[in-house]
Amino acid sequence: MHDSKSPSGPLERKWSDYKGHCKLVNPANKRKLEIIVVGTGLAGASAAASLGELGYKVKAFCFQDSPRRAHSIAAQGGINAAKNYQNDGDSIYRLFYDTIKGGDYRARESNVHRLAEVSVNIIDQCVAQGVPFAREYGGLLNNRSFGGTQVKRTFYAAGQTGQQLLIGAYQALERQVALGNVKMYSRHEMLEVVLVDGKARGIIARDLINGKLERHFGHSVLLCTGGYGNVFYLSTNAMGCNVSATWKAHKKGAYFSNPCFTQIHPTCIPVTGDHQSKLTLMSESLRNDGRIWVPKTKNDTRKANDIPEGERDYYLERRYPAFGNLVPRDVASRAAKERCDAGFGVGSTKQAVYLDFKFNLINKYGKTEASKQGIENPDMETLVRLGKEVVKEEYGNLFEMYEKITGENPYEVPMRIYPAVHYTMGGLWVDYELMTNIPGLYSLGEANFSDHGANRLGASALMQGLADGYFVIPYTIGNFLANEIAVKPIPVSHEAFEAAEKAVSERINKLMNIKGKQSVESLHKRLGKIMWEKCGMARNAKGLEEAIKEIQQLKKEFWSDLRIPGEINEMNPELDKAGRVADFMELGELMCIDALQRNESCGGHFREEYQTPEGEAMRRDDEFMYVSAWELKGESNWELHKEELKYEEVKPTQRSYK
Amino acid sequence: MEHYIMNLTLKVWKQKNAATKGSFETYQVKEISSEMSFLEMFDVLNEQLIHEGKDPIAFDHDCREGICGMCSMYINGRPHGPWQGTTVCQLHMRAFKDGDTIVVEPWRANAFPVIKDLVVDRTAFDRIIQAGGFISVNTGVSLDGNAIPIEKAKADLSFAAASCIGCGACVASCKNSSAMLFVSAKVAHLALLPQGELERKTRVLGMVAQMDKEGFGSCTFTEACEAVCPKEISVTNISRLNAEYMKAGLSVDNSD
Ligand SMILES: Cc1cc2nc3c(=O)[nH]c(=O)nc-3n(C[C@H](O)[C@H](O)[C@H](O)COP(=O)(O)OP(=O)(O)OC[C@H]3O[C@@H](n4cnc5c(N)ncnc54)[C@H](O)[C@@H]3O)c2cc1C
Ligand code: SF4
Ligand code: FES
Repeated sequence: MHDSKSPSGPLERKWSDYKGHCKLVNPANKRKLEIIVVGTGLAGASAAASLGELGYKVKAFCFQDSPRRAHSIAAQGGINAAKNYQNDGDSIYRLFYDTIKGGDYRARESNVHRLAEVSVNIIDQCVAQGVPFAREYGGLLNNRSFGGTQVKRTFYAAGQTGQQLLIGAYQALERQVALGNVKMYSRHEMLEVVLVDGKARGIIARDLINGKLERHFGHSVLLCTGGYGNVFYLSTNAMGCNVSATWKAHKKGAYFSNPCFTQIHPTCIPVTGDHQSKLTLMSESLRNDGRIWVPKTKNDTRKANDIPEGERDYYLERRYPAFGNLVPRDVASRAAKERCDAGFGVGSTKQAVYLDFKFNLINKYGKTEASKQGIENPDMETLVRLGKEVVKEEYGNLFEMYEKITGENPYEVPMRIYPAVHYTMGGLWVDYELMTNIPGLYSLGEANFSDHGANRLGASALMQGLADGYFVIPYTIGNFLANEIAVKPIPVSHEAFEAAEKAVSERINKLMNIKGKQSVESLHKRLGKIMWEKCGMARNAKGLEEAIKEIQQLKKEFWSDLRIPGEINEMNPELDKAGRVADFMELGELMCIDALQRNESCGGHFREEYQTPEGEAMRRDDEFMYVSAWELKGESNWELHKEELKYEEVKPTQRSYK
Repeated sequence: MEHYIMNLTLKVWKQKNAATKGSFETYQVKEISSEMSFLEMFDVLNEQLIHEGKDPIAFDHDCREGICGMCSMYINGRPHGPWQGTTVCQLHMRAFKDGDTIVVEPWRANAFPVIKDLVVDRTAFDRIIQAGGFISVNTGVSLDGNAIPIEKAKADLSFAAASCIGCGACVASCKNSSAMLFVSAKVAHLALLPQGELERKTRVLGMVAQMDKEGFGSCTFTEACEAVCPKEISVTNISRLNAEYMKAGLSVDNSD
């Protein structure tokens, strides 16, 4: 297995020691070094802007029409940081500890500690850029709480935190574009990594407007291309989210880690029918102010508001009194599934539970507002009205979104919610420096496997993306590039570029020439169904074995019966999608293989064979305390490498939120 | 919510690329559920077209949650369709009834040339941001996030302006194709914060100059933009921009 390059020494000194000793590139040499950044979400935009500021020559790529539209824009609830502004006992250590525990002891201690350390800088940086975080009346920054923690450390901007953070990073990026330090290529899709003498030296990208292939050189390449939740077809991810960039790297030799660690988010709007193209998240922050329940009797057909208090089962509060509605996502999702499978689900499909705001609307917000405004003994109506005003300010856009989609008013009736695929903890294997096992090839943000183990805590993805881009890569990339200053830009006529472009072009032609009968969408839907049923919230060996066979079969069908309309050299969204779904098919197979190999339950990976008598996930640390790193050997053929996880600081225990 | 099924006639703008002339095509779609989103109805139509061996309709979309600003359809004479404060992707078929005819066009503005069908080029907006829509700080500031308290009311106003999604509906709704609402939202977002204070003048002058250069028209204050803006960005931001511009212009003149 490759060295993780975690520095030696005490945990809390590793990062400062690293920074004190890593190699530097002087300003004159920086101008001669070119860096390719693929992806302009929080990770990519922050990296491209920061590297541009340092003086490197940067080229940045995204497939949307503008870098401001990366999927990060959709993040709702907030971003964590160990500022302890609330004086409620938070610290870097506590954020580190919560993240390791939340990840069910499958993340690398050194990386996570660094993440917690730089979290505080992120907030300072964003405030300086003009990110309008929520504030208290005294003018200071406000916080809310998220799952898996007992402190309030989440910074937010109503239900639009991702948007505001991304706009901050985007503006920093555009400033560098204006200064000529970054060149931006939007509506471009990276389709291959180019290796020269074993090092990443460029990419092949396709201009999505005219379909032309382009060659781009870089002394090093950063993949900041987000997660692969759309392998399930239905997820909370944006429609364009895909695995292709990291998958191409995987096919060139980069290890893919923990692919089966996917996060199913407990609070999403339930599926209504076959036409459904995506699922919509209702932020976890809502669990802070809402209570989750189902009726105590099976198949109760009464309307939610007609079910009296005593006949409601607040099952999270019942099962997990210490954390209640704020248990981590994997725990909350499985608990919802358990209730629905047992016949207590609500709504027309019975695949939903209630998320109810009435209690806090009245008790928490209504009463505080009333006392602020000096209203004594407020009546119910006043409490509801005042409570609504506060909720509107905190989550207004989310409540409106719910109403637009479902046609129901969540201020009046409880939301109906159900778990949905949301985030992927797995991704390209990276070392402490965020470098993959291919020299010069880095991966940042959701695209790597790095910080969240087997389950990510809420509000930690935004933190990781910005940590990687603003505060980690600017140091660690220097350690590599310092040795590359003598390398002259490689002309793109080099045979490696020639061969890479040829391979890409052949694949596109092959896809176009299938000329079968089935659409990309219909095949993608079928893949998603297999993945959701057999590699979703609960998995077992038999189902996974079946899934692997079914996916292989589906892949054959895809390559023999796919129909793509239009031509190659024009804007052709069906062709773009076909390339992505082809990669999802291969990834899906690996996810099932990984899930089958991991004979334990941990975090989001729940193997039915491995559970405690109370139905909680049962880890098997003696055998599985490692990161899986898969190397591709040929079609449907992978070799497993293991990175042993050593816990020096934290003692792994059975996770308990009771 | 009661749901129902409908059959519809669609008249959609088809245009092969920027160089060719486009025209309307008529399509029939059947068995559309009132629970679908407008874009899901387009998915159904595209699947049908692919099945029939015809060319599907290209349209921009990504998040389908009303936040990325990618979707952009001019529906029955209104950007983003009939619902107030709603992007196309959040518009649901409940807004229509059986037998309706729906006309769908791209954004139309000289500064937003059509790329294909309903897809337009909005990179002019990025270039306006490049001309000053930022605060010039490099990564690595050491000032604590709570060092400068900001009055809540101001922070809230700034946030409201910052919620612009850069979709361009304001331009598409304006008879002059003015980008004033978009530009003013950015100017206001940053001018309302103490961090944005130092660059107030250069920012507004730079952004307005770039807006003119891109070929957006002038603002005659019809307020059509506010009416269609999916994020309900207020035209008071335009007044703020004008005031900022006047102040900046005067003080720049004085310093010459
Ligand atoms: C609905 C929703 C709400 C969320 N809320 C929160 C929250 O409140 N707090 C939190 O911490 N996290 C949240 N998350 C998770 C978080 O938003 C993401 O994990 C994070 O934003 C990912 O950032 P990123 O920069 O890694 O990738 P992304 O933002 O996904 O960006 C990927 C970039 O890569 C580009 N790209 C991809 N492939 C290619 C290619 N082949 N060629 C060229 N470009 C390519 C895209 O164009 C894009 O620019 C949420 C996620 C969802 C779905
Ligand atoms: S001001 Fe409104 S309509 Fe204009 S770009 Fe912003 S969000 Fe869209
Ligand atoms: S698709 Fe993102 S706003 Fe409509």
